[in-house]
Amino acid sequence: MSVISLSPVDLAIAASLVLFIALLQWRMRLGNTQSLLIAGMRTVVQLMLLGLVLKYVFAASNLLWIAMMATVMLLAAGREVMVRQKRRFIGSWGFLLGTSSMFVSAFSVTLLALLVIVQPEPWYLPQYSIPLLGMLLGNTLNGITLGLDNLTRNAWEKSAIIDGRLALGETWTNAISDIRRDSIRVGMIPIINAMSVAGLVSLPGMMTGQILAGTPPMEAVKYQILIMFLIAAGTGMGTITAIVIGCRRLFDDRERLRLDRLR
Amino acid sequence: MSDLLIKDLRSCAPGLAVKAMEAFDLTLRGTEIVVMNGPSGSGKSLLLRAIADLDPSSGDVWLGNEARVSMKAHEWRKRVCYLPTESAWWFETVGAHFPNSDIDCLKKLGFDSDVLSWEISRISSGEKQRLALARCLIRSPEVLLLDEPTATLDEARTLLVEELVADYSKRRNAPVLWVSHNRKQMERISKRVIRIHADGSIEVAQL
Repeated sequence: MSVISLSPVDLAIAASLVLFIALLQWRMRLGNTQSLLIAGMRTVVQLMLLGLVLKYVFAASNLLWIAMMATVMLLAAGREVMVRQKRRFIGSWGFLLGTSSMFVSAFSVTLLALLVIVQPEPWYLPQYSIPLLGMLLGNTLNGITLGLDNLTRNAWEKSAIIDGRLALGETWTNAISDIRRDSIRVGMIPIINAMSVAGLVSLPGMMTGQILAGTPPMEAVKYQILIMFLIAAGTGMGTITAIVIGCRRLFDDRERLRLDRLR
Repeated sequence: MSDLLIKDLRSCAPGLAVKAMEAFDLTLRGTEIVVMNGPSGSGKSLLLRAIADLDPSSGDVWLGNEARVSMKAHEWRKRVCYLPTESAWWFETVGAHFPNSDIDCLKKLGFDSDVLSWEISRISSGEKQRLALARCLIRSPEVLLLDEPTATLDEARTLLVEELVADYSKRRNAPVLWVSHNRKQMERISKRVIRIHADGSIEVAQL
């Protein structure tokens, strides 16, 4: 069984649905029209580019090219984490905190999956490594963004409580403990939800793709379970790293709450 | 317990548009209560926060012969306790904020023994202010930095608080720095007043 090829008309029909929603938003003055249209256009342009690039990367199967592509993906993910936060750390921290958390989590989990679990030949075979890294980055990005946003927003809104606890002689870890716990929980919500309803409500995207491409359902299921676990581990690792470092950054060496480090 | 020595202290709180204040020097002997007074915005709270090390500051502070920098910040704040005018509460009940159920000082502030089971969402601002003082004292600090601790209280409760703090100070040999705007109160509780003027100058006077 081969994939039914999509014609430009097919995509145009789907695009017209998005345009219809944008029109509705504009008429009802709901705002947000612009970001919907921009996001839609970004999808088209970015995926088209990816298609072109992947064609060459797959053909060449060169480690250097793959590493370069992985770096671009990481930097783009790091930028997204930064711009999606209402209150973020000022200076290079704003970018580096999310980026380095994603690096340690998504990259290490992807390497583990390639070297120990899937073991393609060679281990960096782009047909496996690029989509794996992409799925992990995309999901850890979500967890880290939600977690960090929760952390900085709450630290800002509940500064009187944190300050009050510090004034009573509590350690900084104690003073932020509730907010830290809550932020890690919030970061993990999407993947926990996804694992809970997988197969019951939603047919996960990757599995759907494999089935459409003719893979036997049981093979697709095994891959999907693997991916879910990898994403859960990556998101957990990334969110915990970002929140723990973020909490530390909110206090200085004399355990004072430093909201001036946020914008 | 010990005297509080403050030398050349200046708040360096970030991002605050406070006019430059004179460097602050003060020696507070044990059992001494000193009031601090000045127009709002003159930096009284900032000064107390600087002493408690809650904001960055320049200068030195000692408790007896122990320098502030020689101990961990949370250890310092446990011993030199700052009580803000508006208290923060983070658990559901009053009792959860108290490390033990020794309600002796709560009784002295006019509360019944069931106060520990009260819900935070139901207590008034005056009750909060008295409870915050009790929450601070129950941790046995060696120095009290009180920021208008009777601002929301009626006359009778104000006198209760004054009596409790004076008693604590005497019993524990603990110095107290007390921000107040009330002339009569100042005369009741203290013999020395620190006046911070709008231009940032600081003057120490006898009452």
